[in-house]
Amino acid sequence: MKLQRKNGLRAAALGALVVSGTLVLSACGSDDNSGGTSGSGETTSAASDIKCDGATGKLLASGSSAQKNAMDLWVKNYMAACTGVEVNYKSSSSGEGIVAFNQGTVGFAGSDSALKPDEVEESKKICKGGQGINLPMVGGPIAIGYNVPGVDKLNLDAATIAKIFNGKIKNWNDPAIAELNKDAELPDKAIQAFHRSEDSGTTQNLGKYLGATAKADWPYEAEKKWPAPGGQAASGSSGVAAQVKQNEGAIGYFELSYATSQSIPTVSIATGAAAPVDATSENASKAIAAAKVKGTGKDLALELDYATKAEGAYPMVLVTYEVVCDTGNKPETLDTVKSFLTYAAGDEGQKVLSDHGYAPIPAEINAKVRETVAGLK
Amino acid sequence: MASTTPTDSLPPTPAPPVTGLNSKSTGRAGDKVFLALSRGSGILLLVIMASIAAFLTYRATLAISENEGNFLTTFDWNPAGDPPVFGIAVLLFGTVVSSIIAMVIAVPVAVGIALFISHYAPRRLATPIAYVVDLLAAVPSIIYGIWGALFLVPYLEGLNLWLDDFFGWTYVFEKTEVGVARSLFTVGVLLAIMILPIVTSVSREVFLQVPRMNEEAALALGATRWEVIRMSVLPFGRSGVISASMLGLGRALGETMAVATVLSPSFLISLHLLNPGGGTFAQNIAAKFDEANEFGRDALIASGLVLFVLTLLVNGAARLIIARRKEYSGANA
Repeated sequence: MKLQRKNGLRAAALGALVVSGTLVLSACGSDDNSGGTSGSGETTSAASDIKCDGATGKLLASGSSAQKNAMDLWVKNYMAACTGVEVNYKSSSSGEGIVAFNQGTVGFAGSDSALKPDEVEESKKICKGGQGINLPMVGGPIAIGYNVPGVDKLNLDAATIAKIFNGKIKNWNDPAIAELNKDAELPDKAIQAFHRSEDSGTTQNLGKYLGATAKADWPYEAEKKWPAPGGQAASGSSGVAAQVKQNEGAIGYFELSYATSQSIPTVSIATGAAAPVDATSENASKAIAAAKVKGTGKDLALELDYATKAEGAYPMVLVTYEVVCDTGNKPETLDTVKSFLTYAAGDEGQKVLSDHGYAPIPAEINAKVRETVAGLK
Repeated sequence: MASTTPTDSLPPTPAPPVTGLNSKSTGRAGDKVFLALSRGSGILLLVIMASIAAFLTYRATLAISENEGNFLTTFDWNPAGDPPVFGIAVLLFGTVVSSIIAMVIAVPVAVGIALFISHYAPRRLATPIAYVVDLLAAVPSIIYGIWGALFLVPYLEGLNLWLDDFFGWTYVFEKTEVGVARSLFTVGVLLAIMILPIVTSVSREVFLQVPRMNEEAALALGATRWEVIRMSVLPFGRSGVISASMLGLGRALGETMAVATVLSPSFLISLHLLNPGGGTFAQNIAAKFDEANEFGRDALIASGLVLFVLTLLVNGAARLIIARRKEYSGANA
């Protein structure tokens, strides 16, 4: 092609380059929706309870993108307090984090779901004399956002959600939805259900919830891959949220922060409690409080009570873990890992979570996490 | 290059007869060095290509040997499952169908634009149009993707409903599922727009090379302008247009980000082209790569190899077609 014929064309090409370059750059920014509140003001105030005991050098970590915003805050505060230490959390995905951990390239990994037995087996090669364990650090609600003009409040129960997402309920004025929303004017409009197109921890946690509470209507395994037939797919939480925002009659699931940042209304869940529960980080904390530790030894993998009927407990939650070795951590990063995770699991580390749409880990479990972190070898 | 120095320093002797690159009779150092250099680069390229191919094939066989489903016919992609099951049926279908749609739309339009620029438009109009079309090729595909998702999809919804209303009886254009126009048809339209510049600009160059004599002879016989185009321009340019289309088809087959942004992927084959769903090789790799474990990546590499073979077949077929029409090719003019 003869692009170089005239200067006028060069100018036009340059202009196009600038325009498209700006578009590309602005597109890259779409992932970060923590909502500019993480200003530098907190950095100084949070420095108080961070202990840098012996932490030096560079700590690499990688994994779940669900806790990216929380991790960014922690890393920023921590590095401001402990000069000379560099913590680098690469937010990729749970699977990638665990793979990196088991290859010994990172100090710890972040994951949306606890290690599977074969992954624990593999971790014994890296953790000399020990094994990989899960430390719950960050909780959060998965919100179901919808776009139905004229309906400001929508209540659904697990069975209805399951039927909507696997195509059994096709219209917004379906009797099952009307039964749960007596006051709402439901339009005669087709439901467009959106799910994630790529493998996702959010999908898996939604599957765990629906499998635990509506087994009859959701007979699928809780995998990272979307299991149900039909529906439409979009890439990433931001993609699903954008589609819900754009299309009337749409419904989709994503972490709460995506709904608040784009002001998408979210579904309240009829759990069997006196009133349907809204998706908020406090309500998610109440549900996580009912969790039990199912891990043995130092492993603190949680078993969440998805069927909770406690007042104000939002049951559709996810918990992300930091994966470390109980014994046999790499000596060069051990002190930094301990110091950093002590801060993250500490009072201040947990407190910053709720300001950013996440849910802190309940005190009882959190106490065990701190104890375990202190005993890492 | 260093190889020019010894050649320059030689005394002016009568030049020996040039007998080609492989001839060893010249005995000049520069020629030898150059021969060795070019032969070495050629071999190096082949070795690199062969080792890439070997690596990919090795990784692909690792994945395929563990696959519990049939690699060619399974309508699923779950290499992380237990047992791992994955197959390329949906991807192959989606890649081929969306590319065919793109070709059906783009090639006639591109030939039309090329003819307009080369034979109809006044020069003052033709040049800027040609520039604009060329400029379209410089837009990165992710920009087409964003534009497609934000602008094309909402607008194509109307076209989709219209097609459903009037051509629903064709089965292909029957829309049986609700949902926005994030379908293979929309992807085809977007791909058509993306391959338009390359097809247009190559076709235009070919049409401009039609020997003036042919056209003037036709005009002298009393042909109208359309008859000239039909009798001399199109036959002359046919092989060039075919090569241009194949270049475009290559882009359509391998397009990744635009498809991934616009399509609503699913692992079901539907001949209802307006329904959301389907997938293509490149889109699937882009969507699954991040979360895939090592085995999942091997599986994606295996699917990528199929795309490679598909592209190779298409290019081979194109070369066959062009070879049969060699007498018309622009190179002989």
